Amino acid sequence: MTDILNAFILLSNFVLIPAIAYGSQLALGALGITLIYGILRFSNFAHGDTMAFGTMFVILFTWWFQSMGINLGPLPTALLALPFGIACCIGFVLITDRTVYKFYRKQKAAPVIYVIASVGVMFVMNGLVRFVIGPNDQRFADGERFIIKAREFKQMTGLSEGMSIKVSQGLTLVTAVLVVIALFWFLNKTRTGKSMRAYSDNEDLALLSGIDPDKVVRVTWILAAVLATIAGTLYGLDKSFKPFTYFQLLLPMFAAAIVGGLGSPVGAIAGGFVIAFSEIMITYPYKKFIAYIGPDGWTPNGLMQLLATDYKFAVSFIILLVVLLFKPTGLFAGKSV
Amino acid sequence: MRKLLLTSVAVLGTTASLAMADDVKIGVFLGFTGPIESLVAQMAPGAEAAIAEVSASGKFMGGNTVSAVRADTTCVDAAAATAAAERLITSDKVSGIVGGDCSGVTTATLTNVAMPNGMVMISPSATSPALSTIEDNGLFFRTAPSDARQGVVMTEIIMDRGIKEVALTYTNNDYGKGLADAFATAYEAAGGTITINTSHEDGKADYSAEVGALAAAGGEVLVVAGYLDQGGKGIIQGALDTGAFDTFVLPDGMVGDALPAAIGSDLDGSFGQAPGTDSPGAGKLAEMADGFDATSPFSAESYDAAALILLAMQAANSSAPADYKGKVFDVANAPGEKILPGELGKALDILASGGEIDYVGASNVELIGAGESAGNYREIEIKDKAVSTVGYR
Repeated sequence: MTDILNAFILLSNFVLIPAIAYGSQLALGALGITLIYGILRFSNFAHGDTMAFGTMFVILFTWWFQSMGINLGPLPTALLALPFGIACCIGFVLITDRTVYKFYRKQKAAPVIYVIASVGVMFVMNGLVRFVIGPNDQRFADGERFIIKAREFKQMTGLSEGMSIKVSQGLTLVTAVLVVIALFWFLNKTRTGKSMRAYSDNEDLALLSGIDPDKVVRVTWILAAVLATIAGTLYGLDKSFKPFTYFQLLLPMFAAAIVGGLGSPVGAIAGGFVIAFSEIMITYPYKKFIAYIGPDGWTPNGLMQLLATDYKFAVSFIILLVVLLFKPTGLFAGKSV
Repeated sequence: MRKLLLTSVAVLGTTASLAMADDVKIGVFLGFTGPIESLVAQMAPGAEAAIAEVSASGKFMGGNTVSAVRADTTCVDAAAATAAAERLITSDKVSGIVGGDCSGVTTATLTNVAMPNGMVMISPSATSPALSTIEDNGLFFRTAPSDARQGVVMTEIIMDRGIKEVALTYTNNDYGKGLADAFATAYEAAGGTITINTSHEDGKADYSAEVGALAAAGGEVLVVAGYLDQGGKGIIQGALDTGAFDTFVLPDGMVGDALPAAIGSDLDGSFGQAPGTDSPGAGKLAEMADGFDATSPFSAESYDAAALILLAMQAANSSAPADYKGKVFDVANAPGEKILPGELGKALDILASGGEIDYVGASNVELIGAGESAGNYREIEIKDKAVSTVGYR
C-alpha cells in the first residue's frame, strides 16, 4: 500500500503538479491567440511579447508597492499590481490596433499581411520591454514560496517520497479556473459576448444584423490583453521574468492553440494541457515509479525513459505535425490552418 | 666618388640604426565585442601591461621596443575572427599573437590563419579539451587550463567528500559538453557512478522535465555544468523546489555571488571550483595593475601569455615565430630562476646572459602536454549565501 502511495506521490511531484501549472499557463496564453484568430482572423505573433509587456507593468507596480511597504502577506504582491498592469497593457494594445491594424482592416487586407504586421508589432514591443526593464532576469515574487515543502510532506506522512506544491502553482491553477469560467460566461451569456461569437461565425451576417464591428474588435483586444497579462504574470511568478523566454513561449502556445483547434476556446485549454503533459510525461524516466509499483526485485536497470529530455521540444512539434496531417481542424474542430 | 662613399656609409648607418631600434609588434587578439566583452575589458590591459613592461625595460633583444596591436575575435563569429587574424599577420606584421579567447574562434584561426602563416598563438582563455589534441605544428599554447583538467579537479573534490554517485546536467554548447565529457571520464575512472548525463538549453524558463528526469535517475548530488545566470540557475531552483537534490556541484561557469543571492540559503553547503591560485604572483599583479582589475577572470592569464611570447623571443634572440616557438616551454618551466610579474626586466637580463628562467607569473604557469597550463583551481563552498574559498588545488 505504501508503495502505491509512494509511486503516486512521486508522479504527482515530478509530473502532475508541474504539468498542470505549465499547462494552465500555456492554456491562458493559447486562449488569447485563439480569440484573436477566431474574431480578427489572423495569427497574432506579438502575443508572447504582449505577455511580456503586461508583465513588465505588473512588475513595475509590484516594485512600487513593495517600496511603499504594501503587501498581501502570504500571497505575492503582484496580485495587487495585476489590475494596474492589465490596464496599461489594454491601453497599449488598443493604441496598436488604432495605429497599425485598423489601417489594414479598412483595406480588407489578406490575413498574411496582418501576420507580418503583427511580427512588426512583436519587434517593437520586444524592444520596448528590453528598453524599459532590460534583458535580464527579474524576480518579483514575494510572500510565502510553498504551500507544502517536500521535506515537511515526508515528515507529515512518513512516506519516503516528498511532494512540494508552490504557492505560485496553486495560484496559477485557481486563477486559470476563475478566468476560464469568467471568459465562458462572458462569451455565452452576455450580449457583447454573443455578438463576438456571431462576428466570428459569419462576419457579413453579423454586420447585417446591426453588430458594431468596432466594438467587437475593441472588446477582443481588451480580452486578449487581460489574458496575456494574467498568463504572463503567473508564468513570471512561477518561474522568472525574462523577455527572451516570453518570446520563446510563442511556439508552445501556438502549438497548443492549433492542437486544440484555432478559434475554439475549449480547444485552446485542452491543447495547453496536451502540450504540457506530453512534454513532461514522454521525457520522464519511470525507473523509480516501476520500482514502487512492480513486485520486489523488479527495479529496472535503465532509466525507463521514452525520450531524452534533450528532445523535449521535438515532442510539441511532433504532436503539431500529427494533428495538422490527420486532423487539420484540431481536436475541437476549430478553423483549419 | 668620395661623396658617394660618404652617402653610402650614411645610408648603411641609418639602416643599421633602424634595425637596432626595430619595433616588435604583438597582436592582442580578443573578443572586444560579443558575449565575453566584459571580461576582455580586463584581459586586454593585462596583456598590454606585460608588453609595456618589457618595452620600457629597454633590455628586450638589445634595446628593441614592443607594441601591441588590438584585433577583435568577436568570440563567436569564426569568419570575422579569421579575417581579423589575417589582417594582424599580413598588414600589421605582428610577430606573435596573444589570443584568441573563446574556444571556437581560437580553433578556427589556428587552423586557417596561424598554421599556414607559421604564427605563434598563446591563448589566455580557450579551455576546450579539443584544443589539447589539435594539430598545431607546435605553434599553439595556452596559459588557461583545459577543461579536461577541471574535470579531474572536480572529481577529486567530489571524491574527497566521499560522494560516489552523482547526476550530471550540462548546458548544450562547446563549453558545457566539453566539461561534462571530461568530468564523466575522470569520475568514472575514479570509480564513481554517473546516474544520468543530460543537457539543458539556456534561455528557457521551464525546466520541470529536466528536473524530473534528473530526480528519477537519483544521485547524492547534482553536478550543474552551466551558467549561473541561465539554465543552470533554473535547474537548481527547480531541483530545490521539488526536493529532488539538496546539494549541487558548481564548476567555473556557475561560481559567482549572484547565484546564492538569487537562490538564498537553500544553496548553502553546495561546493565547486573556479580557476584561481594563491601564488604570490596573482597578488603582485593585482598590486601593480594600473587601470584594470587583475583579479577578473583570465586577466592574469593574459599578462602571462604576452610575457611568455616576449621571453621566448628573448631566449631565441629572434622575433621570428619559427625560431622562438621551441623556447616557450623552456622559459615557462623549471629549471631556472622563478619569475613573478613585475620582474620581466630581470628575466630579460638572465636570458640575455644565457641563463635559464622558470616563469611563474600571475597564474602560476606550468606548461604541460601539448603546451597548456597545468591549471590551478580554487575550491569553493557556499556559506551564508556567499561564495567562500576553502582551499586551492
